[in-house]
Amino acid sequence: MHIHKLEKIWLVIGMAMLAVFLGIVGVSAFAQGMQPPGGGHHVIDPDKVYETPPFDNPGLEQIGEKEYNAYMVAFVFGYNPANLEIPVGSTVHFQLTSADVVHGFQIPGTNVNMMAVPGEVNHFSHTFDKPGEYLILCNEYCGAGHEYMATRIMVK
Amino acid sequence: MDHALTATKQEQAEAAAFDRRDASLVLAHVLLAFGALLLGGVAGLLQGLVRGGVITLPGGIGYYQLLTAHGVLMALIFTTFFIIGFLYSGMAKNMGGALTDTARRLGWIGFWLMAVGTALGTVMILTNQATVLYTFYAPMKASPLFYIALALVVVGSWMSGYGIFSHYRWWKKNNKGKMSPLFSFMAVATMLLWQICTIGVAVTVLVQFIPWSLGWTDKIHVMISRTLFWYFGHPLVYFWLMPAYICWYVVVPKVIGGKIFSDALARLAFVLFILFSVPVGFHHQLTEPGIAPVWKYLQVILTFMVIIPSLMTAFAMFATFELYGRSKGAKGLFGWLKFLPWKDVRFFAPFMGMLIFIPAGAGGIINASHQLNTVVHNTLWVTGHFHLTVATTVALTFFGTAYWLIPAVTGRTLTPKLNRLGIIQTIVWVVGMLIMSLSMHTVGLLGAPRRTAYTTYQDYPDALGWIPYQVVMAVGGTVLFVSIILLVINIVLLLRAPKGYTEYPIAETAETAERTPRILERWGLWASLVVVLVLFAYTVPFAEMLQHAGPGSKPWVTW
Repeated sequence: MHIHKLEKIWLVIGMAMLAVFLGIVGVSAFAQGMQPPGGGHHVIDPDKVYETPPFDNPGLEQIGEKEYNAYMVAFVFGYNPANLEIPVGSTVHFQLTSADVVHGFQIPGTNVNMMAVPGEVNHFSHTFDKPGEYLILCNEYCGAGHEYMATRIMVK
Repeated sequence: MDHALTATKQEQAEAAAFDRRDASLVLAHVLLAFGALLLGGVAGLLQGLVRGGVITLPGGIGYYQLLTAHGVLMALIFTTFFIIGFLYSGMAKNMGGALTDTARRLGWIGFWLMAVGTALGTVMILTNQATVLYTFYAPMKASPLFYIALALVVVGSWMSGYGIFSHYRWWKKNNKGKMSPLFSFMAVATMLLWQICTIGVAVTVLVQFIPWSLGWTDKIHVMISRTLFWYFGHPLVYFWLMPAYICWYVVVPKVIGGKIFSDALARLAFVLFILFSVPVGFHHQLTEPGIAPVWKYLQVILTFMVIIPSLMTAFAMFATFELYGRSKGAKGLFGWLKFLPWKDVRFFAPFMGMLIFIPAGAGGIINASHQLNTVVHNTLWVTGHFHLTVATTVALTFFGTAYWLIPAVTGRTLTPKLNRLGIIQTIVWVVGMLIMSLSMHTVGLLGAPRRTAYTTYQDYPDALGWIPYQVVMAVGGTVLFVSIILLVINIVLLLRAPKGYTEYPIAETAETAERTPRILERWGLWASLVVVLVLFAYTVPFAEMLQHAGPGSKPWVTW
């Protein structure tokens, strides 16, 4: 099929740009570890969240100097535990699940933004370099009180 | 002499007149579509005012109830009915002048199944038994009747698709060896895509949701239902876009007085849409657990492939415009712009849609990229994005189409006055949408979540800073509602416009264009290739989901 010369140029430029974008996305994800949240097949019974480790003891667990695991459960309409507190410069490895419906977990001003899906455990890590009070909010509709579903992280 | 002239004109009108029976089928679809748009628009207006903190809802109406109504009626009902009406009109016009009895009968069966589904679904939403939004994510459980209503809409649309296929086959049988008209080819491609992608939503609704909501099964597997939904959910947006592209490729060149730039490339673009718009659903699930990173990335790559046919379309459109302008003696790099019929709503509305698709498409590339998506996922940025794509590019093209389609099928005229009203309505829409969508994009980048009622998160400073943007969104939404009212007025006036002849614009291909290769019409080949791509993109991750399925979730009613 004949393609007009100008259209060829247009399509080659367009596809080259797409290839560059994909290259950047791929290299950042697979070489530099900037993957979206997720992490394997970590399955949990949504009816037994509070009986299943580590969510039987939700909260922060210090695993190194300024390094924490945060085991968190999203539920209608809040997070367990509420109001975390960590020292500035800490890296937090969030592990998140839901005890009921699908929820969101977003910390505005950071790249923390993941889904809490019942039956699955989601993972994402973030280093809090600046002190302050951070908001955690639910960004997936979860019911009548969805807009009240939020908590805070104090970074001191 | 005079008399003879009138006679020819009348003859012409009769020859071009729409078969009455086909006209009612088309009109029924189009009018139901605009009824849904009006109802969905009321919900949208109220919702915008609530989110902006301007009003609180009286009488126990919930924000999320309105949001569900808005999403279902606009995104699912308005689009599907309009598309099917438009495609049927084109099948009749381009293939034999009237539909076969079989095609028409299937069209009506489809219409009634979808209409009953729409009515039932709307009642469920308005009575607060299905406040689950139009994505109805498990394990929130709506009334079983809501899922049955959705199933009726989907099955109805299948019937309409079969009608289009049967008419196409009838024409092919009677026109052996001939290439199908471009419109019909594109209509079949759109409906083929629809048949392939709705399998996902049909399986999750029929196998998972309905038995579970009736209590026949205890648990639902959430990740599987989400994956089946998004297998459908992204090609859905191409099901909206492809009919708009039909208008751009086939109708707009005729309206401006030009020719189709290349029949072959237009068909190739549609084939590429069929191939690449299905195996891409994971880019809606990038922030979810349970899908290995490599499969997310693979589907991101396939998502980017689907940009290519849109690049081709952009080239074809502007080539058509420029060639036409130059044929009229346009000079300079952009002199041809002056020759375009800016005062003709049949051109102006779709053109504004095309223009807005440039930033809208760029936003889509951002959303489909891993890391950038993490910044904007489930924020108002995304809402701003699809209000540019479906609610501007697609919607304006459909409005611009309705302005000539309604008089063309009813044997009335699009008078200069109504044309001008259409132009005004288009401008009001664009202004309202720019106001609303720009503030949605901005406040989304700042972190404001989508699908959330008015809240300041206990006066958290950042969240307080989002409120002014939300007020601006409410202003934009109000302007848009004014535009919907103008549209409805115009449609009512069109139904009462003076009797006469309105052209159904179908462009011819430019003489310079290449012959179209036959292979483009080998549907079996393209359908098999999609199956291969889907199996490639989904088999392993889906098998892993089934393998690690876990016990599943019980139903929840949280509203």
